[in-house]
Amino acid sequence: MITTLTRIPVANYSNLKARAGYSLKINQTEIALFKVTNGKVYALENHSPHPKGGVLSEGLVSGEYVYCPVYDWKISLVDGRVQGPDEGQVRTFKVEREEDIVFIVL
Amino acid sequence: MRKLVMIGNGMAGVRTIEEILKQSPEQFEITIFGQEPYPNYNRIKLSNILQGDTNFDEIIINPLDWYKENNIQLFTGETVANIDVEAKRVISNQGREVDYDELIIATGSNSFILPIPGADKKGVTGFRDIQDCEMIIKSAEQYKKAVVIGGGLLGLEAARGLLNLGMKVDVVHLMPHLMERQLDPIASSLLRAELESQGMNFLMEKETVEILGDERVTGLRFKDGSEVEADLVVMAIGIKSNTAVAKNSGIYVNRGIVVNDFMETSVPNVYAVGECAEHREIVYGLVAPLYEQGKVLAERICGGEAKPYAGSVTGTQLKVAGVDLFSAGEIFEDGSTKSIMIYNEYEGIYKRVLTRNNLIVGIVLYGDTKDSTKLFRMLTKKEDISGVSIFQTECSGSGASDDIASMPNDELVCGCNGVTKGAIVEAIQTQGLTTLDQVSHCTNAGRSCGRCKPMVSSILAHTLGDQFDSAAAQKTSICSCTTISREELVAEIKAKGLTSVKEVMNVLEWNNEEGCTKCRPAINYYLGMIHMDEYKDDRDSRLVNEKMHANIQKDGTYSVVPRMYGGVTTAADLKKIAEVAEKYNVPLVKLTGGQRIGLFGVKKEDLPAMWEELDMPSGYAYGKTLRTVKTCVGAQFCRYGTQDSMALGIELEKKFERLDTPHKVKMGVSACPRNCSEAGIKDIGFVGIDGGWEIYVAGNGGVDLRPGDLLCTVKTQAEVMKMTGAYLQYYRETANYLERTSKWVERVGLDHVKEVLADEETRKALNERMNQTLKKYIEPWNEAIQNEEIQDKYYAQHTIKVGE
Ligand code: SRM
Ligand SMILES: Cc1cc2nc3c(=O)[nH]c(=O)nc-3n(C[C@H](O)[C@H](O)[C@H](O)COP(=O)(O)OP(=O)(O)OC[C@H]3O[C@@H](n4cnc5c(N)ncnc54)[C@H](O)[C@@H]3O)c2cc1C
Ligand code: SF4
Ligand code: FES
Repeated sequence: MITTLTRIPVANYSNLKARAGYSLKINQTEIALFKVTNGKVYALENHSPHPKGGVLSEGLVSGEYVYCPVYDWKISLVDGRVQGPDEGQVRTFKVEREEDIVFIVL
Repeated sequence: MRKLVMIGNGMAGVRTIEEILKQSPEQFEITIFGQEPYPNYNRIKLSNILQGDTNFDEIIINPLDWYKENNIQLFTGETVANIDVEAKRVISNQGREVDYDELIIATGSNSFILPIPGADKKGVTGFRDIQDCEMIIKSAEQYKKAVVIGGGLLGLEAARGLLNLGMKVDVVHLMPHLMERQLDPIASSLLRAELESQGMNFLMEKETVEILGDERVTGLRFKDGSEVEADLVVMAIGIKSNTAVAKNSGIYVNRGIVVNDFMETSVPNVYAVGECAEHREIVYGLVAPLYEQGKVLAERICGGEAKPYAGSVTGTQLKVAGVDLFSAGEIFEDGSTKSIMIYNEYEGIYKRVLTRNNLIVGIVLYGDTKDSTKLFRMLTKKEDISGVSIFQTECSGSGASDDIASMPNDELVCGCNGVTKGAIVEAIQTQGLTTLDQVSHCTNAGRSCGRCKPMVSSILAHTLGDQFDSAAAQKTSICSCTTISREELVAEIKAKGLTSVKEVMNVLEWNNEEGCTKCRPAINYYLGMIHMDEYKDDRDSRLVNEKMHANIQKDGTYSVVPRMYGGVTTAADLKKIAEVAEKYNVPLVKLTGGQRIGLFGVKKEDLPAMWEELDMPSGYAYGKTLRTVKTCVGAQFCRYGTQDSMALGIELEKKFERLDTPHKVKMGVSACPRNCSEAGIKDIGFVGIDGGWEIYVAGNGGVDLRPGDLLCTVKTQAEVMKMTGAYLQYYRETANYLERTSKWVERVGLDHVKEVLADEETRKALNERMNQTLKKYIEPWNEAIQNEEIQDKYYAQHTIKVGE
């Protein structure tokens, strides 16, 4: 199987505000992009693993976690893991930065 | 260090570990395996979760941090499959091998599932863990009819929960009486009558022989051939000790894992505790005896002088609102027993004490259980009752505090945790405790079913005497990021002049740098309340709805609800709403319960444009703020109207809109006591009467339905505005964040509020602070339309197409 990695420019780093989530759509995939206080940028699928789903981009960001805005699950931005007592994992995407451009690697 | 391994991460096991850490914190390197993917939680409270009184977060007993702090290696979601007792090693289902010097088996039990055809169908469950509970809650959203098999403690608690979840519930019971092992027929029929009046339906003396349905359950068949429908079946007929891993490994098992008086199994260095253990042929299913076992085991393992465990007498209570019952010991008379009985059929009170040779051997109390601790002590201590009056006579006029004074030190206060009055008093005195939370932490009292908390509070009040501060005693910390309470937080913000959420968390040493969804919105609110005009709101500390100025829906779309002051609109506004709804293909246009129009299912990126085209202010249908002021048509048109209710409603809504409040605030204005605007169940309700207005407060039409109380009657509309301003500001300054006015008034007392507001100077000062605060608000939809940065940060949806 041949997989091609694609790097897609998605934002200007300087435009992103810390502790905010942004939603973007790449083809059919909805992605939530977060910049956290320490300056790092993370990208997750914009969909909570809660059985009833829900988006993540509008959640409250604390450190390297986001709280899902609909059912308040706490999710790690680093590996997408849902924190106990709930469980599940959100797909994460690799983020790269070159100068001021933020890329998502698919 | 010696290696201690425990299989099972439940209530009895982890309590044993707590006891071990207390006695000898450095002796062991501890590893715990837990099959469930959670830290140790309070299983007892699953009933309360079903009944809607609490949530999963709140029932965690030992958070993951606790394991970390105590250097416990915890593997959750991992089952121990085998014990190699020769090599002294456990092997998990994931192939992990861990050596032990001492091994505790604390695997609890499983729900007993009837071995009948169909028991494996979808929609059939036990009631034992979070997963069962979640499944039940989920089913209730989709299905209507539940059947609970088992009319015992667990079954009745489950049935009550199902009613609260909106299902129709049948309870199937094999025997002619409910809870027949704890109650005699009189108490049992009182219980049945009460539960029937709550909406439960009982099918007595029915033996279930088959579960019907294809993939999912559709009904049950009984031995007599009759059938009932069911979309959900909860089996609550009993528990079965979980002994599989012990049995596989050659440890002697009967009904449970057989242990001696020191909780030792048949294999050296292997112990069992909790519902998986059988001691003197008894397997216990309540936490009180299990915690006693844990204590003995901890002493044994730590090498102390352990007192042997000699078995327990247990008392039973039912956690169903409106039912007060207690039972312990024997319930049936034989030739050698004599009963002492009070039966007040009219008030539904029944008490019976069974005695033998001047000793109490059984207790059944229904409808009034305040004697339960005393009687239970007399039973367990085998006190001679000759010459003692068993039931306290009423009207003795003695207050609660006298009761506490006369209570002997060895009386058991917390049945679950075996904590006596003496132990509580000693902890308070020697450790300088002042709050209920602290007492629970130091003594364990109140940490399980929670029923003893009022009693513990009274003891605290009595012990501290004049130093007791009831408000402070109820202190609970804001969230797990800190130990400080709301009162302390507000005081610190004022004293240290803290001005931002970040500063608060820094200076007050939050253990989680950026807080959580509980504390951040709360701090933001308190800061805004204290620094009336200079505080810059931290929008990213608000939860989604307030941050977006729109209510998020399950699929990530939003709703738009424009203001319609007092429920009064115009043809022009209606046209605008219609046009916008059409242009943006709004899936649902609905009249809300708040007398206005809601547009539901709107895409985030359409919000600003819709707001612009509507050109109407936000109705704040999403905020912790004034929602709506419902009005009746009133004196302008109605033949009964005595006042202009619409005018007052509009004035109120225009004045107080956008104000941040601890929780949402709703108002209603009616022009006569027929009360067509339902002002009696609003946070503040106004009812016009000849020559004035009645002001009702603390009504609630939501989860805890509560009629409002009359605060006062005033003459003019101007006085209404002043009183309302003062009342609302006092609520803003003293309520906990997310405390509705109904709860707040119950906590602080209506009389107290009346007293505060009776003083004109106070009212004036409150109104001044209110007016100063109100000046700072700007219309949020308009702000978003004007401000590109806000639009980009909160409302933009960037679409990127690759490969085109
Ligand atoms: C739209 C509306 C239902 C409707 O179709 O009519 C509604 C919709 C919601 N209500 Fe309500 N409530 C609506 C009137 C009511 C009423 C009736 C009333 O106000 O006269 C009540 C009972 C009265 C009361 O509050 O005392 C009511 C009691 C609740 C409660 C329970 C509050 C409580 O303290 O018990 C909640 C939950 C909460 O606030 O925590 C709630 C929460 C909600 C939320 C905001 C849930 C959420 O967070 O997503 C719903 C938003 C739906 C959405 O997608 O926008 N809603 N809700 C009504 C909006 C009125 C308005 O114009 O602003
Ligand atoms: C709904 C409900 C209401 C209740 N109400 C009350 C009440 O009001 N008062 C009262 O006193 N008691 C009440 N109880 C009973 C009380 O909860 C139990 O007695 C108590 O939890 C038993 O503790 P335990 O540690 O023995 O078992 P548990 O708490 O069940 O813990 C055992 C744990 O071990 C795990 N485990 C099992 N096998 C393995 C393995 N091989 N490897 C790893 N882990 C394993 C299990 O998954 C479980 O998490 C109630 C119970 C329920 C379900
Ligand atoms: S509350 Fe009284 S005045 Fe108002 S509409 Fe109803 S009947 Fe008329
Ligand atoms: S009696 Fe159950 S926690 Fe105290």
